[in-house]
Amino acid sequence: MIWLTYRQFRVSALVLLGGIVAVMAVLAVTGPQVADLSRSAGQGFLDAFGADRAKTTIFYASTALLYVLPAVVGIFWGAPMVSRELEAGTSRLVWTQSITRTRWLATKLGVAGAGAAALGSFALVLTWWCGPMDDAVGKGYASNGLYGQPRLWPSQFGARGTVPIAMAVLALVIGVALGLVIRRAVPAMAATLVLVVAVQVVMPMFVQSHLLPRKHLIAKITQDNLAEVRAVGDVAPGATDVVIAQLGISAGRPDAWIVSNRTLDPSGKVMDKYPAWVTDCAPPPGAVTPPEQVQGCFTRLADEGYRQRVEYFPASRFWPLQLAETGVLLAMAGLVTGFCFWRIRRDLT
Amino acid sequence: MSAVLAATGLGKKYGRTWALSDCSLDVPAGRVVGLVGPNGAGKSTFINLAVGMLTPSAGDIEVLGARPTGRDAQRSKVGFVGQDTPTYAGLSVADHLRLGASLNPQWDGALAEQRIAGLGLDPTKRAGRLSGGQRAQLALTLGIAKRPELLLLDEPVASLDPLARREFLQDLMEAVADQELSVVLSSHLVSDVQRACDYLVVLVDSRVQVAGDIDHLLATHHRLTGPRRDAASLPGDQQVISASHTDRQSTYLVRTERPILDPAWEVSSLTLEDLVLAYMRGAPSVTERPPMEVLR
Amino acid sequence: MIEFHLDGQSGVAPYLQLVQQVRRALRLGLLEQGDQLPTVKDVVATLAINPNTVSKAYRELEHAGLVTARPGVGTFVSGTLAADNLAAHGPLRASLEQWLGKARRAGLDDESIEALFLATFRSTVIEETA
Repeated sequence: MIWLTYRQFRVSALVLLGGIVAVMAVLAVTGPQVADLSRSAGQGFLDAFGADRAKTTIFYASTALLYVLPAVVGIFWGAPMVSRELEAGTSRLVWTQSITRTRWLATKLGVAGAGAAALGSFALVLTWWCGPMDDAVGKGYASNGLYGQPRLWPSQFGARGTVPIAMAVLALVIGVALGLVIRRAVPAMAATLVLVVAVQVVMPMFVQSHLLPRKHLIAKITQDNLAEVRAVGDVAPGATDVVIAQLGISAGRPDAWIVSNRTLDPSGKVMDKYPAWVTDCAPPPGAVTPPEQVQGCFTRLADEGYRQRVEYFPASRFWPLQLAETGVLLAMAGLVTGFCFWRIRRDLT
Repeated sequence: MSAVLAATGLGKKYGRTWALSDCSLDVPAGRVVGLVGPNGAGKSTFINLAVGMLTPSAGDIEVLGARPTGRDAQRSKVGFVGQDTPTYAGLSVADHLRLGASLNPQWDGALAEQRIAGLGLDPTKRAGRLSGGQRAQLALTLGIAKRPELLLLDEPVASLDPLARREFLQDLMEAVADQELSVVLSSHLVSDVQRACDYLVVLVDSRVQVAGDIDHLLATHHRLTGPRRDAASLPGDQQVISASHTDRQSTYLVRTERPILDPAWEVSSLTLEDLVLAYMRGAPSVTERPPMEVLR
Repeated sequence: MIEFHLDGQSGVAPYLQLVQQVRRALRLGLLEQGDQLPTVKDVVATLAINPNTVSKAYRELEHAGLVTARPGVGTFVSGTLAADNLAAHGPLRASLEQWLGKARRAGLDDESIEALFLATFRSTVIEETA
């Protein structure tokens, strides 16, 4: 059965694994170069990195590759696994040799799952390669590109560490399950694409921030730590109907992932509307106001008992969060796999 | 000799339709069973149940003493050639033999290669490029080289030309002679059944109409021709399979274990085709009639 | 070696056809004592018929004393059916020829003669059974 699995997988496995190995080789070669650049450029490292077209291309391509990988695995390895055999009628040939359908599926899933995990492990190489950039972000060096954002942020989190491995495995078994239910290859592939993308969107947007307990920071709002002012209305200079909607402070950790940044009223409840005097106190957009006048606003905010509460994950939570999300994805994969083994034993015409 | 295939009240339902209902069969070992019936009668369903591709909705089926879908199913002893003989279009002939070798514990590699060579098949040629007859022969090779005790074939020759069909049957019969194989062959070609089979099962409307040794069936079915008579006047031991009347003459197809004693009848024997057609036309009538006595 | 063929339309059971073909070959001298009959496997591979059919035919021939089966070797002709056997029934044949002459003079054509013979033949068989 191992021989048959290999024989049927041969081409697509070689193509995908070959591609990934090639990209890994590129990363392996350029990794030391990135490290050297970070040592020599110092504070200007991220800008220097951004100026290097080749390096940024490698970065963006690798990240994109890791985001696309689960869908590719699900569509080309997962969805056709059972549905193609049913469509072509070859299930009547291979399931009537001497092995059980369970063993057939177990071997196929085992080999494909190992392949998917191997492909996903490319993310570990990328994580290593991005080490200098993540350190630079931690030191507060600024930059515009994606590489200048904390790796904890949902935008990159799914392309680092062990999450892509689990995601690839989950996508694989989702494909197999849909193939078992839909029983025709092309519709199963389409459905797999939709479902895998849905998981990849839902995880960072709705699940990632709830995986572990957040850290809390409660502080007064000061001129020094004010990081964000959001206003609603016309912000042209001289406009009069602007209203302050949200204030945000910095947690003092440039590489942290700030999940929530809300002002608490004196009783400790989260506010969604600021008192009118805050808008009046704030300097109008475009105007030049003396710092002492502005300082009065902050003092009043503090004296009246307003505080800012920041919920965040520090950079040190990166690996715990990775493992937590990996665990969730693998648990889902386990359930879907269980369904596949249950379904394959029932009639499949 | 124990039964190689035993079904009791076997039935299979799809949604609300019964594809097979209330089938009871006891097929002895060492036979070549011809399973005949019109399309949609349940032949494929029956064979799929026997090979474990389907689970029964009602009743039971045992093949070589074990349930085909159970834990102790004799998978390595039951071979199967599916309808239109499926093969992997992208795998070569040699790959298919490798498949057979790696998935079957009792694989006879020498026999497989001998057959392939004898058929003149190029081992490197992909199965998708073979003709229909060659694909059927490849599928048959896989079934035979597995060295099963029972080989199930679901209309394997239905879409083949006459020569390919004949060659397939020749090779199948040779394997039967060689390996002491039991075979269940579903077909809607009575001529093939007549040549190759010694046991007949007729499936019509998802039910078994008749099952038994072909020689015995032919010896116990008779065509009675004579002056017009009502079926009720026939002895009770004569089961009426079909009847037709003109104004002067009646023709009955009857089944009976006893000799036909009534001198008014002209008794003739049936060909296998006559017998199958009679059962396919309509279910036999079962009425209570007294047995005939000879008055001296 | 004899080569068998099968007539699917004749209405005669396949095994009987094989028996008849062997008997005809013996009568015509195409098969002689010591000749080997084709193996079951060979017959089956050529005619695509059930092996039991061939076995049954060979058993019947063995029963009639015409062939002998040697296990592991094959089936060999051991008896004869020369045409002169019919000579042993000379008187019967003569009286049959006489009867046929009478039937023709009575105006019966071939079919009527055959029908008359078969009906009488069958009715005597039934009388013997009853």
